[in-house]
Parts: sequence; C-alpha cells; structure tokens
Amino acid sequence: MAKKDLQFGNIEPDKFRVVGIKQDETEKLADKSVSFWKEVFLRFSQNKLAIFGIIALVIIALLAIFVPVFSPYSYREQLGIYNAPPSASHWFGTDDLGRDVFVRVWQGARISLFIGITAAVIDLIIGVLWGSISGLAGGRLDNIMMRIADVLSAVPYLLVVIILLVVLEPGLLPMIIALSITGWINMARIVRGEVLSIKNQEYVLAARTLGASTWHLIKRHLVPNALGAILVTMTLTIPSAIFTESFLSYLGLGVPAPTASWGTMASEGNKALTSAPWRLFFPAFFISLTIFAFNAVGDGLRDALDPKLRK
Amino acid sequence: MLRYIFKRLVYILIALFIIITATFFLMKLAPGSPFASERDFPPQIEEQLNAKYGLDNPWYIQYKDYLVDTVSFDFGESMKYKGRSTNDIISESFPISLTLGIEAMILSIGLGIFLGVVAALYHNKFPDYLASTIAVLGISVPSFILAGLMQYFLAFKLDLFPVSGWKGFNYSILPALAIAITHAGFIAKLTRSSMLEQANSDYVKMARSKGLGKWSVVIRHSLRNALMPVITYLGPLTAGVVTGSFIIEQIFAIPGLGRHFVTSITNRDYTVIMGTTVFYSIILLFAVLVVDILYSVIDPRIKLKGAKK
Repeated sequence: MAKKDLQFGNIEPDKFRVVGIKQDETEKLADKSVSFWKEVFLRFSQNKLAIFGIIALVIIALLAIFVPVFSPYSYREQLGIYNAPPSASHWFGTDDLGRDVFVRVWQGARISLFIGITAAVIDLIIGVLWGSISGLAGGRLDNIMMRIADVLSAVPYLLVVIILLVVLEPGLLPMIIALSITGWINMARIVRGEVLSIKNQEYVLAARTLGASTWHLIKRHLVPNALGAILVTMTLTIPSAIFTESFLSYLGLGVPAPTASWGTMASEGNKALTSAPWRLFFPAFFISLTIFAFNAVGDGLRDALDPKLRK
Repeated sequence: MLRYIFKRLVYILIALFIIITATFFLMKLAPGSPFASERDFPPQIEEQLNAKYGLDNPWYIQYKDYLVDTVSFDFGESMKYKGRSTNDIISESFPISLTLGIEAMILSIGLGIFLGVVAALYHNKFPDYLASTIAVLGISVPSFILAGLMQYFLAFKLDLFPVSGWKGFNYSILPALAIAITHAGFIAKLTRSSMLEQANSDYVKMARSKGLGKWSVVIRHSLRNALMPVITYLGPLTAGVVTGSFIIEQIFAIPGLGRHFVTSITNRDYTVIMGTTVFYSIILLFAVLVVDILYSVIDPRIKLKGAKK
C-alpha cells in the first residue's frame, strides 16, 4: 500500500500512535447487567405519558372504590334538588331526579371499569387458550381453529353485540358476554403468532434435543416470551371495551336504572345539555381520561417491551 | 389473485349465513313482540297479524321462508310502520347515511394525513406536539361525547352551525366531524410513524440533497410510501363510520339508516332489524374485501395468501 493512501487531508501518518489493546477495558461491562423485566420497567418509567396514565388510573380506581363508600349521599338517593349546578355540597351538581352527580360518576366508574377489565380478562383466557392450542398443535387442528376465527372476525362486531343485547335482558352479565363474544379473536391471533415464531426458534429445538418436556418448554420459553405481547394487547383491550360499553349504554342497551355507567350518564346528560351541561361534562371527561390513560399505558408498555427501541 | 378473491367470497358467504341464522334465532328468543304497543287489540286480530307475517308457522318453516326472502333480497313489510317495506326504508334512508359517511371518510382521511405529515415534518417540535395532542384527544374522546360537546358549544352557544336536522350541507358538518375525528386521530398516528420511518430512508435523503424542498419531497416521494399502513386502516374505518352513524344520526336527528336501525331495535321491528343487519353486513364484508384487494394492487410486494405464485 502506498504511503499516500494513508494520508487524511494534510495529516501526516506519523501524527498517529499505536495505543495497543487494553485487555481489562475491552472486557469491562459498560453497565450493570439488568434482567429483561427490570429494563422494561426502567424504560417504561422514563415514558412521561405512560406514568401519567398510571397515576390517573390509580386515582380513578381509588375514587371509584372510596367515594361511593364515604359520600354522605348514595347514588340512587333523590335529594329533592333538581338539576342544581355544581356547588360546595354537590361538587358535580345534581341530575333531573335530584341525585348527586359526583357519587353517580364514581359509582359509574365502578361499573365501567369492572366491565372493561372483566371483558379483557375473558378475552385473555379464551384468546390465550385458543391461540396457544392452535399454535402448538399445528396441522389440521390449527387450520380448522384459525378458519373459525377468520369467519367469526368477518362478522361485523358491533352489529352482533347490538343484536345480542336486544335479546338478552340488559344487565352486567349480558354486556360482558356481548363484549367478549368476538373480542377474543384478536388475542388468539396474537398468541398464535407468538407461539409459532417461538416454536421454530433454534433455542427451543436445542432445549428439545436436551430432553426438555413440553411443559418445561411452555413454562420456561413460551410464556415469558409471549407475555409482553399478551400484556400489551390486554391493556389496549380495556379502553376499547370501556368505549364499546359506553357506546352501547348510550344507545340504551346498557345496565338498567338506577345503576348508571358512564355511557348512560353521558346519554342522559346529552339530552339535558342546554339546561344542565355539567351532567354531560363530568362523565364525558372521565370516560375520555380513562380511555386515554389506558391507551397511554398500553403504548408505553409496547415501546418498553420492544427490544428494537433499546437505547 | 382470482383464487384469493374466490376464497374470500366463500368466507363472506359463510359469515353472512352465520349472521342471518344468528339474527333469526336471536329474534325468536327475544322477549317482547312488535305488536306489543297495540295490546288493546282483541286476540283474533293479533292472531291475524301473526298469520299475516307468518309468525304462527313452526320455526323451521319461518326459517326457510326467511332464508328464501333474504336470498331474493326481499325483507318484507315493516311490522311497525304499516305499508312500508324494509326495502323502501333502506332505499330512502341509506343515501343520507351514505352522504354523511363519505363526508366523514374524506374528512378523517384528509385531516388525519395532514396532521400526521405536519407532526412528522416537525418531529419533536411544537407543531408535532400540537398535532399529536389533537390526535390523542381525538382517539380518547368518544364520538358521541364529541358530538354533544360540539352541539353545545359550536351550535347552541356560538350559533355557528344548526343544532340538528338534515336540510343541507351546513347540517352535515358537525355530524361528519363527530364521526371523523376519532379515525382522523388513528390515521394521524399511523401516518406520523410511517413518515418518520421514510424520513430515514435513502431515497428521501437523496431527494433532499438534490435540493428539493421539504414539502415537495413529502408530496412527490415519501407520502406515497407512507400511506401504506393508512390503506389497511380503510377497512376498520368503513366499519367505524357505519357504526358511528348509529349514534351520531340519533344525536343530530338525521333521518338516515343508522337511526332507523336503532329505532327498529327498540321497536322490536323484526323485519327491519333483519333487513338492515343483512344490508350492513354485506356492505362491511365487501368493504374489507375491496380494501384487501386494493392493498395488493397498490403495493406489488404484497402477495395475497392463496394467490398463485
């Protein structure tokens, strides 16, 4: 190689010196070694929006648990003050039957959150079972199970839910059934995808050749690897269930009076909008805040779990 | 390609059959009767009414009649509004819903892409935060709440738009916006992230170093590629616009098909419920198919499952 090629602009090669290999430095760990979940937690806690979401959800949950217990009024008590604007004694005002809106909002939060979380848990159970059986079994069984899911997911979701709710008497249980009847398909597909991709990894093959049992594989490799995707899907299912519930309540297909979910309250509030706008504003604000918070947490989790976004 | 379309058509037929059968049996199980509000009738008249609609036949005859009627797209007369057939109701009110739906779709796509592009171009600067906040708010606030709030502030307080009704273009702006904003939020999010992905690609750097302006790179190069994920969203968008219309038409008192569907449910008007359900299902199933085909036509890299290699 000619000497000229080694020149960088007008820097002469003799300006450089050989440092040599420093054995102890190259072998040094750049940072403390952290486990995967610790790192996920670290990355999650740096996401301001997600932390805000967590805090908002904790506050909403605490208020939903304690306000109906400690409030001087009950959610169905008619106080004789009709459509009163927010004041010191009734923070969110009263409705057309003279009920305290503050208590009703938190009673409604109980119902909306309960429906949202239960629907998500049912989706989780059915979806994980269906998806993992389908993915693990493979072959013809996998084919049949996935075709069933395909056809079911082609059925327009909300139409089915509406018709189902028309038939079942309105109430908590019918609402949950209606929400989870097609909701599990998404989860099943995601779990199946995870199972398939993990099943064909070389380390699984290695574990198999070393004599690991199927149960050991599920426990040690499948579950920890699929957990992230399942967790994210579940956090993102809750807000959509809450949204659907309030949508259906708004159409008059929700839990019957005097219990009120946020959707029912917003629907009644909308009718009284010109005379008592606070009856729409408060439930509307808390539906939106809850949906936002769950979405923020879900997005934050997804980013934190994605190894590609590692810094 | 043809094989793929055929396969999908078979799925659609199976799905339709399930919907039709499920609706039929659910309606049979449902409490309440379409003639409930006319209870003063002597029992003979109710018997006659039942005979007229074939409700006195055993269920398998009713089911067979119903299947035959559905295949020939004849859903019969409304049980609530005498002398009006379900087909009349659909053909009368669907154009209104279609106008509203198309307006909402154009709005959500236009607004969503605009917000997404602005957010990506000014990544991590003020316009990005503003656009992302609007998108997040749009996703978090349910359409019916937005509708109520807009009705209160824009129509009732500020008197900028009519509060409700359907008498011209002015009347359609608020309802279309209410349906569109949630979807605009999703589209903005999709556009932003795929635009950011494109911004790091070689061809965009090349175009920039050639001296093309920021916006002309967007319009002539990166946006075309960035819109791929947005196209996949068109299927859910159609479904969302349709279901959104159920509530929005109710709130704004628009005489569209969505409102008829909801009233037919509360009226237990079986013939109209079944007719509209089947009608909606056909539209939605085909919309999803069209989107999938469109997607493969636009992006040559995508090979449809089941297509010949």
